[in-house]
Amino acid sequence: MTTSTTTEHVGAAHPTTAPGHVTSTGLSNEKLSMWLFLGSECLLFGGLISTFLLYRNVDVELAVGDLYDIPFTSVSSFVLLMSSLTMVLAVSAIKRGNGRQTRTWLLTTALLGASFVAGQVYEFTVFYREGLGYTTNVQSSAFYTLTGFHGVHVSIGIIMLLSMFVLSLKGRIGPERHEALEIVGLYWHFVDVVWIVIFTIVYLIR
Amino acid sequence: MSHTETHAEHIDEEHDHPSDLKYVKIAIVLAAITAAEVVTFYVEDELGALLAPILIVMMIVKFGIVAAEFMHLRYDSNLLTRVFVAGIVLAVGVYIAAMTTFHYFSS
Repeated sequence: MTTSTTTEHVGAAHPTTAPGHVTSTGLSNEKLSMWLFLGSECLLFGGLISTFLLYRNVDVELAVGDLYDIPFTSVSSFVLLMSSLTMVLAVSAIKRGNGRQTRTWLLTTALLGASFVAGQVYEFTVFYREGLGYTTNVQSSAFYTLTGFHGVHVSIGIIMLLSMFVLSLKGRIGPERHEALEIVGLYWHFVDVVWIVIFTIVYLIR
Repeated sequence: MSHTETHAEHIDEEHDHPSDLKYVKIAIVLAAITAAEVVTFYVEDELGALLAPILIVMMIVKFGIVAAEFMHLRYDSNLLTRVFVAGIVLAVGVYIAAMTTFHYFSS
């Protein structure tokens, strides 16, 4: 009896657990699943970063490091970092039930993310014109695979953000279903923290 | 106070997330650290061997702030932190294994 009362209270007090949906952990399964997914993503990016580091000091004719434009990449990094701020502000707004602010911050986050991806496309184009293609050497392959995978993750995040924007516009997500946006936010912050690591290890430490 | 009430209050405390103003302050700190990282690029010769350790510390601090505050790990259940940290530990393990393998078995 005591146990059932406790779990009922957990379900009621826990804003991320759907009413009547009590789990053995006291956490929502959706949120826990996203964290498990992000944990596995650490392995994916860990493998890609390791591969790049293995080939970074290989003697090649045209090294990736010679083509970096650090001031430009710094601005891109700053843009992605600030998109994490607008993301938390969107989650905060939906919890308050402010749909208009939620949509504004969601759109801002998506635009900042799109700016980052545009910057990456520009960087890849410049590198390609300088003669560094995907198959030019092992170093360039590792670089394009790592940063390209990250770019794809950001692009998927933008699609998720725009989907949330449309759902909010249709009134299908609100304060009672804020967890959906919180989970998208977790994914978005994850791509941000991965870039924090890539920016330091790939671009700044040479 | 019953056990049930205590548990429910604990859960409420866990979800006492920061205000918007605090989020902005956190973002300013993150921006300042990013600016400091960029500055190291212009003074890398002066920093010498200290460059990599300084950058890695700043990277870890930024990573930690985003995970703890923006991803709410500081306010959520410890189970979520453990799941995420397990992934990071495994990733570092992959890195160490790969580096060790190539160090000992490369021609």
